[in-house]
Amino acid sequence: MTAISLRNLDIFYGATKVVHDLTLDIAEGESVALVGESGSGKSTVLKAITGLATNWTGAIAVEGVPRSHRIDRRCARQCQLVFQDPYASLHPRKTVDDALSEPLAIHGIPDDGRRVETTMAAVGLDARLRFRFPHQLSGGQRQRVAIARALMPEPRILLLDEPTSALDVSVQAEILNLLKRLRREQGLTYLMVTHNLPVVSFLCDRLAVMQKGRIVEIAEVARFKTGALASPYARELYAAGASRGC
Amino acid sequence: MTAPLLDIENLRVTFPTSTGPVDVVRGLSFALGRERLGIVGESGSGKSMTGRAILRLVRPPGRVTADRLHFDGIDLLAQNPRRMRLIRGARISMVMQDPKFSLNPVMTIGAQIAEAVLTHERVSRVDLHSRVVAMLEAVRIDDPDRVAALYPHEVSGGMGQRVMIAMMLIPQPDVLIADEPTSALDGSVQAQVLDIIDEQITSKGMGLILISHDLNMVASYCERILVMYRGEVVEECRADALADARHPYTRGLLAAMPHIDETRDELPVLDRRAWTTP
Repeated sequence: MTAISLRNLDIFYGATKVVHDLTLDIAEGESVALVGESGSGKSTVLKAITGLATNWTGAIAVEGVPRSHRIDRRCARQCQLVFQDPYASLHPRKTVDDALSEPLAIHGIPDDGRRVETTMAAVGLDARLRFRFPHQLSGGQRQRVAIARALMPEPRILLLDEPTSALDVSVQAEILNLLKRLRREQGLTYLMVTHNLPVVSFLCDRLAVMQKGRIVEIAEVARFKTGALASPYARELYAAGASRGC
Repeated sequence: MTAPLLDIENLRVTFPTSTGPVDVVRGLSFALGRERLGIVGESGSGKSMTGRAILRLVRPPGRVTADRLHFDGIDLLAQNPRRMRLIRGARISMVMQDPKFSLNPVMTIGAQIAEAVLTHERVSRVDLHSRVVAMLEAVRIDDPDRVAALYPHEVSGGMGQRVMIAMMLIPQPDVLIADEPTSALDGSVQAQVLDIIDEQITSKGMGLILISHDLNMVASYCERILVMYRGEVVEECRADALADARHPYTRGLLAAMPHIDETRDELPVLDRRAWTTP
């Protein structure tokens, strides 16, 4: 079954069309990367799926059910977003417990407080951190909280917007391992936006290369690792990544 | 080699906290000639504080001490604020991380670059304009006359960073400190900005300190690398010998990075107990 199906998707900001005729199917359990430079429209695709960019035409279906242009609670529950910068995405005056409990309240999920505990354990956060504020946590711990928050309503799909680019290399490795383990344990589907090709190579099965709002190539990561890409732009990206010794 | 531009011995930066003073830089020593030196470390390793300490930009209550902090024979710690201003910018300058926060939003780009010259020299208006335009051209900005009249919000991040480099290089300093000059930029633009810095440094025979958390980037743009951990240099090596690094921290950092042809199922995570002495 397809987890996310995007058909002839055009996305607009005001009168400007930022994504052109995008078609992409992501199978359940698959991990797909959207790659491209800034301004290529890759984050906008995630925004349209989650309902943060509402001005689009075409079709978006999550788990086989088409999403409307309005707030779609069913879609939100199945499809959660993790943002790039954990220093900006967590409310500074809410504790970890508040941040993790809020999705339950929004979706009306009854809970006795156990779920916060089990989710914290699943992302490797010590239970003692439950009533801390974000400023009392390190960058890696904050990103774990952001991932835990996304996992609270038990989604089937995680949308990841540059989940490690604000982190140190050593912390990045921990978060990447965590994402890989969560996907294996919970059978999650990932759609990840990144410009870091080595991360794609580690975490993804397929990648879609975007340029100026269009997908120029979709390739298996196995083929990508050998550098065997068809479009000139994708080859250029690969060469830039390889020359930096990544 | 002639006498080094920068000669630093036992540099310490200390901040008072509620639980007593904390050393963020602990006894750092190095010398910099007309070469490219990279300082690498995680956030909190003290690499940025080192750059700031050299320029005497650590604000109270932070305290900088050193057995020796010499630049071109001048004892930087003995200079009063007025004399320090004559060195800062003119002889040692610094490119900051994010052009969005470091450029003045209410001055045009041309005026800001001109200000950098006028702070240190007396120049005629005609000469000033031609120097600003020539400098913008040197950092590969097409149509420099148009760009000089723009405000910072009207240019992209990559162009903003090139403007900042132009501003820092126009007084013709001897040493450039670049603190994470590209981490706010896109992959494709990063290389371009680094190439410009590299070209300017090499052609003018300056000294460069490139501060970054990206080992690979530093290795490809510098000759020598210092790896910092918790305020200390744990490893010093030639950039081309990075693969033979000895210290477990450096090796850990190298191993933790995924490769473009990654085959490992799990990335090794740093075990900090391996080298921290109790």
